Amino acid sequence: MTDTVHSDSAPPNGALPGTGDENVTGDEKMWTARVRRAAMRTLPPDKLLPDRQPSYVASWIYVFGVLTIAALVVIIASGVVLTWKGPSWWHVSKVGLFFNSIHLWSVELFFFFMVIHLWGKFFMAAWRGRRRATWVTGVVCFVVSIGAAFTGYISQQNFDSQWIATQAKDGLNSVGIGAFFNVLNFGQMLLWHVLLLPAVVIAFVGLHILLVRRRGVVHPFPARARPARHRITGAATVPDEALPSSEIETVLHKDPEPVR
Amino acid sequence: MNDSELVPGKSSLEVAAALPDDAEWSGPTIRYDLLKEVVIAVVVVALLAVGLAVLFSSPDDSPTTIRQWSTADPGDFLTTAVAELDGTSDVATYGPPYNSTAGAAQKIGPVSLQQIAGVRVPINTAQDFVLTPLAQQAQTTPRLQTALARFGAAPSGEQGTWETNYSKVLGKGAKTGQGAFAVPHANDGPVPTMFASLLAMADSGALDASLTSSTSFYGTDYTKPLLFLADGSFLADRAQTQHLSGDQWGMMNETGSYPGQAWLWLYTMWYQVSPFNTSVNADALVWGVMALLTLLLLLVPFIPGVRDIPRLVPVYRLIWRDHYRRLQSNKAGGTNHP
Ligand code: HEM
Repeated sequence: MTDTVHSDSAPPNGALPGTGDENVTGDEKMWTARVRRAAMRTLPPDKLLPDRQPSYVASWIYVFGVLTIAALVVIIASGVVLTWKGPSWWHVSKVGLFFNSIHLWSVELFFFFMVIHLWGKFFMAAWRGRRRATWVTGVVCFVVSIGAAFTGYISQQNFDSQWIATQAKDGLNSVGIGAFFNVLNFGQMLLWHVLLLPAVVIAFVGLHILLVRRRGVVHPFPARARPARHRITGAATVPDEALPSSEIETVLHKDPEPVR
Repeated sequence: MNDSELVPGKSSLEVAAALPDDAEWSGPTIRYDLLKEVVIAVVVVALLAVGLAVLFSSPDDSPTTIRQWSTADPGDFLTTAVAELDGTSDVATYGPPYNSTAGAAQKIGPVSLQQIAGVRVPINTAQDFVLTPLAQQAQTTPRLQTALARFGAAPSGEQGTWETNYSKVLGKGAKTGQGAFAVPHANDGPVPTMFASLLAMADSGALDASLTSSTSFYGTDYTKPLLFLADGSFLADRAQTQHLSGDQWGMMNETGSYPGQAWLWLYTMWYQVSPFNTSVNADALVWGVMALLTLLLLLVPFIPGVRDIPRLVPVYRLIWRDHYRRLQSNKAGGTNHP
């Protein structure tokens, strides 16, 4: 901003330096400032990129979300190579076929990891504690990914794409989708496959992960499974055989060893 | 330090474990390097994908052309082409989005979304698959030009008679050499001349080209040649031998023994079972069922009963078994290390 000059050393209104509020009065009303404050409030850096996780986050099941991201990265990277050379390249080049194979197998891995992730989250009821939007965005990722893979199959310009497209048209036509989304139109399918659907997948994966970071990883069910909604107060569950007070210190400081 | 951790006689783990689901975790934590985990995962998955690519490659069977179809099975090609001309083929009677055949659109109960969406990809099989390509060819073939003029000038009743008579003798026809298919004489007017030309076009590859690029120099839309191919039995026979037909769980499979789109198993399953495998509205009904199931999956956290399943089926005890063990030993007065 050029119309207001302020000194670094004397923030007006005594705001904390670095919070974005040290500028002259009125600055905090700017759209940019509001968005920054909202972002800082919902996802402060140590929530966005934490270096510690609750002690229960030590199960192989947690790896599958990250493996799904990793497969998506490999899908995009191999897809970029195929895009770079254009759609006819991989049919005539050995190197092209190799990259097409990587693209195909990373998609198979992607769905394999995602389905395990989905079932894992289901059995953890990972939508508890205001995490329902995380589940919902996950399902959107799943559904849109199926569309993205499907358009990939029909953009192959080979017998598989001819057959899949001519078979799939009836289902899509029967509910009116085929009128706008013509699986026999290669140009339309290729563009949906390389631009529109990946953009939606990436956007929802991003949102999904930000939601996970915002809420933190869902707690385990209470030890003796109580109804999910049941709120338990600390005092009400103090066990009879209370620990000696020295024990509290031990527990507070003797966290389990880091997993890696 | 959170107040809740200082409940007398309780470990921070016990206190935190008893907090409501939407509380911040105040119990013990472990070191967890998220970004390192992501980088390692990308490397591992990349290596896995490269390994699978090296071992299994990927299928790429070249596409079926109309030329292959007409040379391999001219009888089937001509039978299909006649059905396109007389308006009895599957595509000619398909209904929306290709044409407006009455009663052809599928319904879910009383509602036909297919009908509502309307004719958005108009296809006139007689014009698009037969007459327009022939008109192009006629520019250099006077005999065909005469035949087309005669056909076009005839009343539609007479056209129909010629087409029917030609179809009847077509079954007795035989391939007599490359690009030649002899059909017995009948009262079929200019129709044999027209189809002899269409077969010649198809055998030379000119029909493939004509169907893709009839509107412009560049072509990216294969609706016409694919619909024409799909009306014949050549493409379907090739799929049948590759185990790709609808009643063979076709769409989710790929040529060869690749896993294909295994995630479509539920969608494909419905087509194998009653009432979907016999209903004329099968496609719409299967889509309806899948839309409903997808909505259910989306709404799992909101549906009483469904959202309680994970609490009742204690898979979570396995997932968090270390946590529960630690909690147990805390309660029993032990430490974090059982
Ligand atoms: C493109 C696909 C997906 C990607 C890349 C992805 C990625 C992730 C990652 C990295 C996490 C955090 C780590 C973890 O708990 O595993 C996560 C959490 C979660 N995911 Fe997904 N996910 C995807 C699809 C899904 C699907 C299909 C569902 C369920 C229908 C789902 C539901 C959840 C839930 C509920 C959480 C929160 C877990 C918690 O709080 O403990 N995700 N996802």
